[in-house]
Amino acid sequence: MEVWITVLKVVLFIVLAPFVGGLLSGLDRKITARFQGRQGPPLLQPFYDLAKLFNKQSLIVNKFQVFLIGGYVMFTVFTGCLFFAGGDLLLAFFALTLGETFFLMAAFSANSPFSAMGVQREMVQTMCTEPMILIATIGFYRATGSFMVSDIVKVGTSPIVYLPGMFIGFLFILTIKLRKSPFDLSTSHHAHQEMVKGTTTDLTGNIFALIELSEWYEQVLLLAYIALFIINRNPWSILAAVVVCLLCYFLEILVDNVFPRVKWDKMFRSAWIVTLIFGGVNLLAILFLNVIH
Amino acid sequence: MKMSKSPWLLHYDGSSCNGCDIEVLAATTPVYDVERFGVVNTGNPKHADIFLITGGVNDQNKEVVKQLYDQMPDPKVVVAIGICACDGGIFKECYNILGGADKVIPVDIYVPGCAARPEAIIDGVVKAVALLDQKREQMKAAESAEGGAEHD
Repeated sequence: MEVWITVLKVVLFIVLAPFVGGLLSGLDRKITARFQGRQGPPLLQPFYDLAKLFNKQSLIVNKFQVFLIGGYVMFTVFTGCLFFAGGDLLLAFFALTLGETFFLMAAFSANSPFSAMGVQREMVQTMCTEPMILIATIGFYRATGSFMVSDIVKVGTSPIVYLPGMFIGFLFILTIKLRKSPFDLSTSHHAHQEMVKGTTTDLTGNIFALIELSEWYEQVLLLAYIALFIINRNPWSILAAVVVCLLCYFLEILVDNVFPRVKWDKMFRSAWIVTLIFGGVNLLAILFLNVIH
Repeated sequence: MKMSKSPWLLHYDGSSCNGCDIEVLAATTPVYDVERFGVVNTGNPKHADIFLITGGVNDQNKEVVKQLYDQMPDPKVVVAIGICACDGGIFKECYNILGGADKVIPVDIYVPGCAARPEAIIDGVVKAVALLDQKREQMKAAESAEGGAEHD
C-alpha cells in the first residue's frame, strides 16, 4: 500500500510541478510588470511561450548537446521525484548537481562564445550555491536525526527553530539558483544584460522548451526545500509552509527588481560570506549545543 | 495554442541613420508595454520569431544580415522598417549601399516612412504576427505531406 502512495506522489509531482512552476513564473512576470508600472503579460504567458517553442523548428548544433540536455532534464525531474517520494536528501542533492553538470556540459558543447561565457559564469554560480545546500542538508540531519525527507516532515518542531541561519543562507542562494538579478550572470529572463542569453544561446525550438520546463521543475523543488524548513508533524504546518514559500518567492521578485546586477567576484564573495556566517555558525551552534532528536 | 500569442523580436540596425531604430526601441520600451501581447525583445536570433530590420544593407553587413536570418528557426517573419530598409531610401545611390533588406534576405512586410511612425511599426508587427500563424500552418502541412510521402 505504501509503495502505491509513493508512486502516486511521484506521478503527481511529474504532472503538477510544470503547472505550478509555469504559474509561478507567470506570476513573476505579472508582478514584475506591476513594479514597473505596466500591465504585463497574461498570467498564462509562460505556457504560450512553451507551446510556441514546441512548435518551432529546432536547429541542432550538435547531437551530443541533445543527449546532454536530455540528461539535465532527466536528473532534474528525478531529483524532484526522489524528494517528493520522501527519499534521501543527500542523494537528491547529488542528483541535482549531476543534472547541473549535464547542463554545463551541454552549454560547453556549443561553439558560440556567448554560450561558453555563460557556462563559465554558471560554474561560478554553482560554486556559490552548492556549499549552502550541502550545509543545510547536514543541518537537517543534525536537527532531525535523518536525511530522509519522509522522516524530516514527521518531526515535532519545525526544523527552522534549530536552523534559522541556514534558512536565511538558503534564501540568499535561492536568488542565485533562480538566476534573479543581482545574480543573473549566466543567463537572464530579461533582455537588459550585455550577454543576453548566455548558457541557452544555442538552444532552439523544443530543446529550449525542455530547458524552460525543467527550470519549472527545479523552481518547485527549490521551494519544496524551503517548505521542508517549516513542515512538522502537524498537518496545518503544510499550509504555513505554502504561505512561507509564496512570501519567499515574492521576496525574490522584489530583490530581482530592486537590485542591479553585480559582477561575479562580488557574487562569489557575498555568497560565501553569507554561507559561512549564517550556515556555518548555525551548524556549529547545533553541533556544540548537541541538538538532536 | 497559436504562435501569435508569443512573438519574440530581434532588432538589427543595417545602415540606418538611427531614426527608425529609436522609433523601434521606443515602441519596445516598458513605456508602451508590448509584453502585454507576449512580445519579448530577445536579442538572440535563435530565440526570435520576428526580425525587425532598419536601414539599408551595405557590403560590410550583408553577411551579418544573412547570418542572422539563417540562425532564426522556422517559422520566421522579416519586417523591413523605414524606407531605407524597404529599398535603400535616401542612401540608395551611395556607392556602398546594395539597397533594401530584400537584396539579401526575403522580406515579408514593408513598413515605409522616414522615420517610420510608431503606429506604422506596430501595424507592421501586427501583420507579422498574423503571418507567423499562417507560416506555421504551411509548415505543418508541408511536414504532414512529407510524412505521407515517406509512407508511400
